[in-house]
Amino acid sequence: MNTLFDKIWDAHVVHDTGAGPVQLYIDRLYCHEVTSPQAFEGLRLRGIGCLRPDKIFCMPDHNTPTHDQDKPIEDPVSRKQVETLAANARQFGLEHFGMMDPRNGVIHVVGPEQGLSLPGMTIVCGDSHTSTHGAVGAVSFGIGTSEVEMVLASQCILQQKPKSMRIRIEGKLGKGVTAKDIALYLMQQLTTSGATGYFVEYAGSTVRALSMEGRLTLCNLSIEMGARGGFIAPDEVTFAYLKGKPYAPKGEAWDQAVAQWKTLCSDEDAVFDREEVYDAAAIPPMITYGTNPGLGMAIDGTIPADAPAKALAYMDFRAGESLLGKPVDYVFLGACTNGRVEDFRAFASVVKGRKKAANITAWLVPGSWTVYRQIQAEGLDRVLADAGFELRQPGCSACLAMNDDKIPAGKYSVSTSNRNFEGRQGPGSRTLLASPLTAAAAAVTGVVTDPRTLL
Amino acid sequence: MKQKFNIIESTCVPLPLENVDTDQIIPARYLKETTREEKFFGAHLFQDWRFKADGQPNPAFVLNDPRYSGCILVAGRNFGNGSSREHAAWALAGYGFKVVISSFFADIHRQNELNNFVLPVTVDPAFLQELLDSITADPGTRVRVDVGNQTVTNLATGRTATFPLDAYKKYCLMNGLDDIDYLLAHKKEIEAYEIQHR
Repeated sequence: MNTLFDKIWDAHVVHDTGAGPVQLYIDRLYCHEVTSPQAFEGLRLRGIGCLRPDKIFCMPDHNTPTHDQDKPIEDPVSRKQVETLAANARQFGLEHFGMMDPRNGVIHVVGPEQGLSLPGMTIVCGDSHTSTHGAVGAVSFGIGTSEVEMVLASQCILQQKPKSMRIRIEGKLGKGVTAKDIALYLMQQLTTSGATGYFVEYAGSTVRALSMEGRLTLCNLSIEMGARGGFIAPDEVTFAYLKGKPYAPKGEAWDQAVAQWKTLCSDEDAVFDREEVYDAAAIPPMITYGTNPGLGMAIDGTIPADAPAKALAYMDFRAGESLLGKPVDYVFLGACTNGRVEDFRAFASVVKGRKKAANITAWLVPGSWTVYRQIQAEGLDRVLADAGFELRQPGCSACLAMNDDKIPAGKYSVSTSNRNFEGRQGPGSRTLLASPLTAAAAAVTGVVTDPRTLL
Repeated sequence: MKQKFNIIESTCVPLPLENVDTDQIIPARYLKETTREEKFFGAHLFQDWRFKADGQPNPAFVLNDPRYSGCILVAGRNFGNGSSREHAAWALAGYGFKVVISSFFADIHRQNELNNFVLPVTVDPAFLQELLDSITADPGTRVRVDVGNQTVTNLATGRTATFPLDAYKKYCLMNGLDDIDYLLAHKKEIEAYEIQHR
């Protein structure tokens, strides 16, 4: 009668403080350059090293420019932060996928595609979108820098057990509706704090039918409902995705692992603290109009009358209006949310045989070099080039304005990333979150467009 | 910064907005620093609300309002949602806040505050509204937070509420200890766990 979350969590409890948190063993820690330097400095100040260096992987992604990665980073502060990660990895004996390393990319794209994130694991990183790795059937969540330091020092973290929630989605998705739309719909239904305090298990026929890429997108956005994390019990889709990945078990070890992974599911009679059920057929292609990811609507809908005035003032939108036909300045395809090969396939399917609109600046940023190579191998780069789009080099890019890719003040961006907070993509930038299909529709028409009209 | 907490009594700074995300508490461009110096981040707390594009203080933002001061921030529901950046907690601490009172905190940020000796005090919406009303009516309104008894008192009205805090974190706060001190003291258990799960 246990949930899968209980099973994985309980199997990782080293010690119970008896006063709230438990000491939880961590199987995998990822470090990026932004939230780790102070943690490594903490180790130096305490005069200690990493307890289990082989369980820790480092890579820069937030600051990396999406062009000329073979040259030094121009911004000296960004350069220093990226170099600091490399130096810390060297000093503490950790694996480091540096810029231009063929394995480098956005951590939440790289972890699963390298087979570093596996079913049944506990996974943490100083990044709220660590929930992404839950798609392989792991308990994976974002932590702060003090907690990164805890894991570096002890391979453990002190953590209170969250409540459990199951979100079941049943049925077949409509035309032009993607995993991103499911997530934007859930946020709109639940709000950005609706799942705070919970760890979410996604289930149901719709979720089972999603590809691994789609599952990664869905789990990625769990934090935007406030959830600590979200995951999907592993199945044949998971095993097929992981098989042969560089760090996944091989040979006999693989067979043994799969046999064990097949036991990872919630019991039939498992009791969740909360259950929600949604009908896939009710989910439209979504777009956000406000300044948090919960402020979304159907692409062909109108901004609700009760939309927060502060958000509308920032976006320069009015209650009651439709966004269809609104001019767009930038389109961003990428980020840990939608930077995988399936997202580029979707984008290419819309722009194929069409041309980029003249008013659009488009940034197409693969989530990793592996994705970049896949795009080339499938010939998608030629489809994109014929339509007037070029590929950039991998990184977090325009998701959070820490590198050169910033949206200027007042400009509208249709973005496949995860947050539309004030200034998220650059001071004064205005972000409309949407799927790769909707981003592509805007890129070729120059305005907010329902992707179903182009499919 | 590690410090011992017990009784805190102060005037308050009101920020009656809901869904204040960590990108607003400290924008990403200030996250490039590798320093642990809280004062650096404190100088940029609420940067894009607190300062105009030309760097001049925005007089409409509460931190620039001379009527309000103190080490207690009183904020609207769902404070600290979004990014896990601990820089947000460092910025609050570096600016001088020791307590944040709200009716609801986002999970990761709440933990980050606790790990940096900034106390998140969760109160019910009615208590929060009354407190905001008291502060609006009289910016000199004082609040008393008693960590040991887990109580918060609006000294203008005398209303007291209790707030949740697990026994472990309470002990850490009252004794100036952090989690790594605790974890390193349990290294034997970690090794035993690893042998058992090999």
